[in-house]
Amino acid sequence: MKTNIRHLAGGALATVLASPALAQEAQTLDQRVNEIFAQFTGPFVSFIFAPFPGTAFPWIVMWLVIAATVFTVYFGLVQVRFFGHAISLVKGDYSDPNDAGEVSHFQALATALSGTVGLGNIAGVAVAVGIGGPGATFWMILAGLLGMASKFTECTLGVKYRNEYPDGTVSGGPMYYMSKGFDELGLPGGKILAVLFSIFCILGALGGGNMFQANQAHAQISGILGDYPGWITGLIFAGVVFAVIVGGIKSIANVTEKVVPFMGILYVGAALIILIVNFDMIGWAFGQIFAGAFTGLGVAGGFVGALIQGFKRAAFSNEAGVGSAAIAHSAVKTKEPITEGFVSLLEPLIDTVVICTMTALVIVISQQLIIDEVTGNYVLNEAGTAIATVGGVSGVELTSAAFASGISWFPYVLAVAVVLFAFSTMISWSYYGLKAWTYLFGEGKGSELTFKVIFCIFIVIGAAASLGPVIDFSDAAIFAMAVVNIFALYFLMKLVRRELESYSARLKSGEIKKFSH
Amino acid sequence: MPSKLVIGLDGAGSGNRALDYGKKLASLIGDCEILVVYVIEWSPFTFQTAEENAQRHKRREEEIAVATTRVVEPAVAQLTSDGFTATGKVRHGDVAETLNAIAVENKADQIVVGRSSEGGFSSRIFGSSTSNLVMHASMPVTVVG
Repeated sequence: MKTNIRHLAGGALATVLASPALAQEAQTLDQRVNEIFAQFTGPFVSFIFAPFPGTAFPWIVMWLVIAATVFTVYFGLVQVRFFGHAISLVKGDYSDPNDAGEVSHFQALATALSGTVGLGNIAGVAVAVGIGGPGATFWMILAGLLGMASKFTECTLGVKYRNEYPDGTVSGGPMYYMSKGFDELGLPGGKILAVLFSIFCILGALGGGNMFQANQAHAQISGILGDYPGWITGLIFAGVVFAVIVGGIKSIANVTEKVVPFMGILYVGAALIILIVNFDMIGWAFGQIFAGAFTGLGVAGGFVGALIQGFKRAAFSNEAGVGSAAIAHSAVKTKEPITEGFVSLLEPLIDTVVICTMTALVIVISQQLIIDEVTGNYVLNEAGTAIATVGGVSGVELTSAAFASGISWFPYVLAVAVVLFAFSTMISWSYYGLKAWTYLFGEGKGSELTFKVIFCIFIVIGAAASLGPVIDFSDAAIFAMAVVNIFALYFLMKLVRRELESYSARLKSGEIKKFSH
Repeated sequence: MPSKLVIGLDGAGSGNRALDYGKKLASLIGDCEILVVYVIEWSPFTFQTAEENAQRHKRREEEIAVATTRVVEPAVAQLTSDGFTATGKVRHGDVAETLNAIAVENKADQIVVGRSSEGGFSSRIFGSSTSNLVMHASMPVTVVG
């Protein structure tokens, strides 16, 4: 499949660049671009994904998990203590009726979720369980629960230090809390961090938030319709995204924003049906998850392998600590920045603890992973890199096969869901990238249009070519955002604690109370 | 203490009929204040893009300004020139819930609305704002045909 895409990519790029007659030269051009790109970006990519010496454990995953643990401890298990309060906030119990018509907590949360729920929940989990075994699910859930505290920290700061412009629009995100927050604390370097973050955010938006999505969406569509050149998918996607972000045709985005949550509900619903039908196996599945978490049940790398996969995929999926959510949540209408922090706690919970776990349970219960009858351990594939599966499938195809074993026609729904998730993720990241771009180059029609056009061009490239190094680089850029963001969060977390203490005191004294609706 | 009527406008024909009937009712009552209300349909539980969220505050101000100058102010001006005591209000929310909430807040005696101009499929499933108001209002409601 991969070589197939690469082959097609060469041809597709050629058609885009010039005429089919030049395909041969374009192919070499494609390869040359790859080589040159890899030369320049290779060290950066290897640095970000470097494992700890003597292990296969990438330090960046540890960086995210340690941060999440530190925030969990520092804020005294905020994800447990304020969970009920977060639900009340989303329901609108604390919203002033006079603010009706402004961005509600629910809307801010839903917008942020549509940026994170997507391929990570469908394909990423299959990769985690396929390589790390059912035990990976345990670590994924743990990482999701801890990640709630990272989201809380960054989203509170995102609202607290957002820019509110005279025309009534708002702009927020890590770049603003880095520069303003560091200034407030009298620390140097906030501006430098903000610039660094913005650069990585633009690269992440073009890569993981764009090329990767377009590429995977094309893989899904061609999987059903049969192979055809990726640039066709790319052009269609680019055209639609262009119409939305440049043409301002809101109706397309509106339709997507309404269909995506429905898809999410449908996905969880289908998973629940499969679980209910196989309810007698749920206990067994959880047994596998717990046993696998601490023994590995024969997977490559043992229980450490399960742990790495679980942590890694959770981080990829919920983006806690990356800083993207701080941009999405910042437009909410509230007098108390911390309330959006509480609401954002729910994001990793829904994304990772609920949706990812559903995917994992369906894969385990559908018994797509082959178990050795005698030892009870999982059988590895020939290469010994992953667990052998019934059809030899992995990634999104494994999820598809698992659902198909319960509901035969579900792969078609899944394909539609993947395409829509990819589209909504692209729209979200186009906004994140734009905010970073305007932070660097200033706000203005010309500057914004430049970024939006670049963004659309990258969709075509992403769908047409499987430029391995480019994709690696963009994933690395998203994680580089986390390096800068978490570094800044360690300095700024005391500002959040101040807010937390003041808010909890006022909540307890009854100064902050529910509005009667 | 004067009576108080809340008249719900929708910027269309049925709202004007409600206004005309409200005038008639107010003249019959005599000592009566009229509160003209326009509700911009809005729910806190919709799904929006990040860009829409960023511009929401600005859009809200614009929506309120348009509703005030085009619908509410002309109605209040007309009522005042006809010799009535009238004020206006624009708010976002669910039309039925918000009209009722405003009427309760202002201790109104009655709500006057036009018959729903919506029809077809959506009103069959979700019900129209008018029928929702009639079913859930905390005070008498007059629906003008």
